[in-house]
Amino acid sequence: MNPATGSERLGLVFEQVEKRYGALTALRRVSLEIQPGEFVALLGPNGAGKTTLLRVAALLVRPNAGSVKMTGSAADSPELFKSRVGMVAHSTLLYDELTAEENLHFFARLYGVANVASRAANLLAAAGLTERASSLVRTFSRGMRQRLAIVRALVHSPRILFLDEPSSGLDPQGRVWFAETLAALQRDGCTILASTHARDEVLRLATRAVRLEAGRVVSDSGSGGNLELILASLQAATQ
Amino acid sequence: MNAGRAAAIIVAKEVRAEFRARELLNTTLIFAFVVVVIFSFAFDPTTAESRRFGPGLLWIALLFAGSLMLQPSFAREHANDTLDALCLAPVSPFAILLGKIAANFIFLSACEVLLLPVFAVLYNVALLPVLGRLVIVLMLGTFGLTITGTVFSAVAAQARMRELLLPLLLLPVLVPLLLAAVEATAGLFAETPELQWTWLEILIGFDVMFFTASWLLSDFLLQE
Amino acid sequence: MKNSIWQSLVVGALMAVAGYAALFIAPDEKTMHVIQRIFYFHAPAGMVALIAFTIVFIANIAYLINRQPRWDWLAVSGAEVGIAFNSVVLITGPIWAKPAWGVWWAWDARLTSTLVLWLLYISFLLLRDLMADPDRRAVFSAVYGIFLFLDVPLVYFSIRIWRTQHPQPVILGGQNSGLDPTMRKVFWFCWLAMTGVMAILIHQRYKLEQARHEFEELRLRAEQLSAEEPGVSPPAGAIRA
Repeated sequence: MNPATGSERLGLVFEQVEKRYGALTALRRVSLEIQPGEFVALLGPNGAGKTTLLRVAALLVRPNAGSVKMTGSAADSPELFKSRVGMVAHSTLLYDELTAEENLHFFARLYGVANVASRAANLLAAAGLTERASSLVRTFSRGMRQRLAIVRALVHSPRILFLDEPSSGLDPQGRVWFAETLAALQRDGCTILASTHARDEVLRLATRAVRLEAGRVVSDSGSGGNLELILASLQAATQ
Repeated sequence: MNAGRAAAIIVAKEVRAEFRARELLNTTLIFAFVVVVIFSFAFDPTTAESRRFGPGLLWIALLFAGSLMLQPSFAREHANDTLDALCLAPVSPFAILLGKIAANFIFLSACEVLLLPVFAVLYNVALLPVLGRLVIVLMLGTFGLTITGTVFSAVAAQARMRELLLPLLLLPVLVPLLLAAVEATAGLFAETPELQWTWLEILIGFDVMFFTASWLLSDFLLQE
Repeated sequence: MKNSIWQSLVVGALMAVAGYAALFIAPDEKTMHVIQRIFYFHAPAGMVALIAFTIVFIANIAYLINRQPRWDWLAVSGAEVGIAFNSVVLITGPIWAKPAWGVWWAWDARLTSTLVLWLLYISFLLLRDLMADPDRRAVFSAVYGIFLFLDVPLVYFSIRIWRTQHPQPVILGGQNSGLDPTMRKVFWFCWLAMTGVMAILIHQRYKLEQARHEFEELRLRAEQLSAEEPGVSPPAGAIRA
């Protein structure tokens, strides 16, 4: 499977997505259309379903009803979809018993990235982890792990990014670096869906805010990118 | 990316991770050895008896050690949710399963290579004349054990009490494999060593059937 | 409800006739006399258990194909009823073996296979017991169930070969060797009656599972309705020291 090229612009459509975990309904008939290149901030209290929505989007979770589809691309297979999306999750998705370099090499190979070694080296350099490349991830601090988790998600140059509270654990320098990285990705035309419920610099880059509560979309600032509406949503989010 | 290539990448990762720490290999090997020794105290291993009990003992030790070793196979992927990382990647669930099966097969075989000479010494069994045929039986049996064990490890990972559950799920299912492997091994340790085809057929049948079933059902094993 | 009563009456009548036939109509067996009559329940119970487990297998496959909960209900019902009939085999076997062979258990091929089968499906139920989420439980027990059923022929085959290679206790005439025509009729009639009992038990167990499911649905609906009301407020205010 070839990794994504820099020119693709991909969107996402959620259609009546429903997900239940036994007695708990995490998502209730959620429908959402995300345009290519949008940066959507996903807001809402704990338990609103933000993480579940991201996991359904990444095809990690099969919904009980409804569907998720990628727009802007010809083919439709799950493998193609997965080769175009990347995710920074609650957990680091890293192997503690391997070195930083080995982790990146492994995932690069799995995604079919060309020039595995140089790609990994570049990513490590970008994250400021070059000196610790041969150290086991187990020995990393929280901030370092999060940085590595972020570059791990980017190893195959995804065109759609799912972020689940990606700034948590990052040190101040890391946050600056991450914001810059995201801004660059946004300029490049990446579509980003980010879940966060804190005052986060990342939100400044958002072009749209969607608020979830109890598994439903309760407010959506729309694809227009109306800054005032987004700020108002942010106000509501931090209350 | 085709399943074979993806599986190979995963096997390389598993082997690298395991040989660095060697926790699993060491513990499994020692446990198998302990089982062999402990059983010897229960069954008085004089030479005549050992020909009769030896094969059974060897396979019970492998089965017990195996079913304990196979549980961490998927349970380990729960740390940092790395199983999600594997499922996020554009590789088929079967490739992930195949990679794990192959890695477990390598680990268990490594234990057997080390366990066999020790067993031969303790039980005064002449291995060399039958070594080739014994390796065939061991490989077929180990393959069946690792397929079933890896698949059931993925199942048990979804339930509570998974460490206790895996042996319970696994051992009854392995009865045909145990029978065939023990009888085939006994045939090789007999006065006139002989590889009995009936038992080999059962081993091969078991392996083929369960491998095919794993392939067909792999999608269901790894989804949430 | 009415249907159930009629079904139960019919099957009850069948069993009563079967019992009478087994005890009085079937001719006396020349070596074992009365004890042999247990055979009319022992062997059919084993066959009925296998039918039940086949139903489990079909239900497992069906569930994985279309994910409808009723296949999961059928699977658990079939498994429980199958184990019940298997238990009948495992209990009647020794009861018959002691006077016939002098030992409670002789590791003969059929009984040993039945024992392994019993263990297999107990593991199935145990797995289900240890999984709380109904959807996940249904999927994973279905996968496990399919593996179990594939194992069944291997179990029978391997145990039979195993027992032919090792010394056996002397068996007084195989259980199916040359059945007298009347005996054969009684045998098949008992089998029919027991299959009827199996069908009823599975049906009742299925309805129980269905009722549980409907109860859960109602509970979910009630929770949803209460969640929609503006009840829960976000945490606010300082905690007083």
